Amino acid sequence: MIIGLTHYLSLAAILFTIGVAGIILNHKNIIIILMSVELILLSVNINLVAFSTFSGDLTGQVFALFILTVAAAEAAIGLAILVAYYRNRGSIAVEDINSLKG
Amino acid sequence: MNVTALSLPVVMPELILSLGALALILIGALRGERSVWLVTELAVALLGVALAVVVFDKRTEGVTFYGAFTNDGFARFMKALALIGSLTSLLLSLDFLRHHRYGGFEFPILMVLSTIGMMMLISASDFIALYLGLELMSLSLYVVAAYRRDDMRSSEAGLKYFVLGALSSGMLLYGMSLMYGFSGTVNFKGVAEALSGHAPVGVVFGLVFIIAGLAFKISAVPFHMWTPDVYEGAPTPVTTFFASAPKMAAMAVIVRIMLTAFPHISTEWRQIVTFVSIASMALGSFAAIGQTNIKRLMAYSSIGHMGFALVGVAAGSVEGAQGVALYMAIYLVMTLGTFAGVLSMRRNGEYVETIADLAGLSRTNPSMAFFLAAMMFSLAGVPPLGGFFAKFYVFAAAMNAGLYGLAVIGVLLSAVGAFYYLRIVKIMYFDEAAQPFDAPKTTQRIVLGLSSAVLILGVFVPAPLTSAALAAAKSLF
Repeated sequence: MIIGLTHYLSLAAILFTIGVAGIILNHKNIIIILMSVELILLSVNINLVAFSTFSGDLTGQVFALFILTVAAAEAAIGLAILVAYYRNRGSIAVEDINSLKG
Repeated sequence: MNVTALSLPVVMPELILSLGALALILIGALRGERSVWLVTELAVALLGVALAVVVFDKRTEGVTFYGAFTNDGFARFMKALALIGSLTSLLLSLDFLRHHRYGGFEFPILMVLSTIGMMMLISASDFIALYLGLELMSLSLYVVAAYRRDDMRSSEAGLKYFVLGALSSGMLLYGMSLMYGFSGTVNFKGVAEALSGHAPVGVVFGLVFIIAGLAFKISAVPFHMWTPDVYEGAPTPVTTFFASAPKMAAMAVIVRIMLTAFPHISTEWRQIVTFVSIASMALGSFAAIGQTNIKRLMAYSSIGHMGFALVGVAAGSVEGAQGVALYMAIYLVMTLGTFAGVLSMRRNGEYVETIADLAGLSRTNPSMAFFLAAMMFSLAGVPPLGGFFAKFYVFAAAMNAGLYGLAVIGVLLSAVGAFYYLRIVKIMYFDEAAQPFDAPKTTQRIVLGLSSAVLILGVFVPAPLTSAALAAAKSLF
């Protein structure tokens, strides 16, 4: 079997769906949400690199590098906010994030 | 317009802010906590200088960085709005930060960094520049939302904003990757050329994801869930900032991407934008009715207003783009004025934020009550105030584009929305007087007075604003 563009796109679509489902369906822990976000970004990278390779245009791979860099910064800020929240609330369970509603 | 491969004069305002922000970080790091006020004053000065360059220096117009960065009339108009929003929110935050001893030189620097992100976003004309601008803006916003780090509500607001923001930028990126795959380029002009024929399914898919990601940033329904919580939980000056500057940038990028990257698939995106617009107007009008917290009410109000501005986007014409630019300008003035009022709601040195606290304000502080009432009437769209003309321009554009249904629904929903604004006026003027507020601070007084003056007197001299908005809109086509 020859691995073609469709296979890469399907893999990326599946990873993206798992990531989104992980954010929406998860009721346990915020760390899992952070992991799901990374999964979404990586699925985008697979998409971009696959398109870039199959069309012979380098822009997609440059874009993927930018996304990797920003993802690292995003994870750092997310964890920092999470630590600040944990100090105030004493819990990082998703169902405990409920002091603001209406 | 002058198109160059690399040209620094075109990015002059961004360059000033970036170098300035780096210098401020150095000053803060070397001098420690003593430098808070010095850094804040310098940040105000930096934003002021950038605003002056954007407004007065026409030579900065051009396309550079191999087509990734466009500084046209539209970009300059929206950048000026974003800078006014940032500058005013920073000035309004000074007393609040001093009161709560949330000094820290990081706050003004984060606001400057976020403003650079907004300006990048407004000028972005390829997907990579768009993404980098969006993230620079958002990452700084996540941190300022959680700025009161010993306060549970503030850190919860930051956490919620971060999680949903990260999800939305993931969706935006997925859409951009599909768009890149099907058009073979990331440049807006290139995408427009590649999509000039029939749009394949993958492109429509990508379009939906891109609109979803951007709708989140302007807090349009169905991606508005974060707005009320973040507005309520974040410190009030930060809420002022959230409601003003980032909205300008995100709306500008929506207008630019729809009109320059997807002009040939306008039938596809018009349906989505129309739906998002109607849903936002409806939610903004109905959900705000039962609110007791004024910041939460303003959150629903901003959702509704973004719906109205999207009516102009749906029109997709020069008139529509002019309407959006004008709507955002007037929305900015109304928001800053109202939040200056909210920040003046202090009793015995403590900030209060329920609507009931405004009861009988006309007897305890007649001038503040009058100015706030002017804001409410304008937000409701009562003629002859500015808010009415903003709505008039977008609805007229929708009518001329043949979107009669959208315009009629919009007018009806704005009548529903008027209810809760007028309720605040009624509470201020006809209810039993509550304990009086402390005397408002000078900055708050000036901002509230100035914005009321703009909204009331703008009717007599509308020309500068309408012609600037028209010139801005024309530069997109």
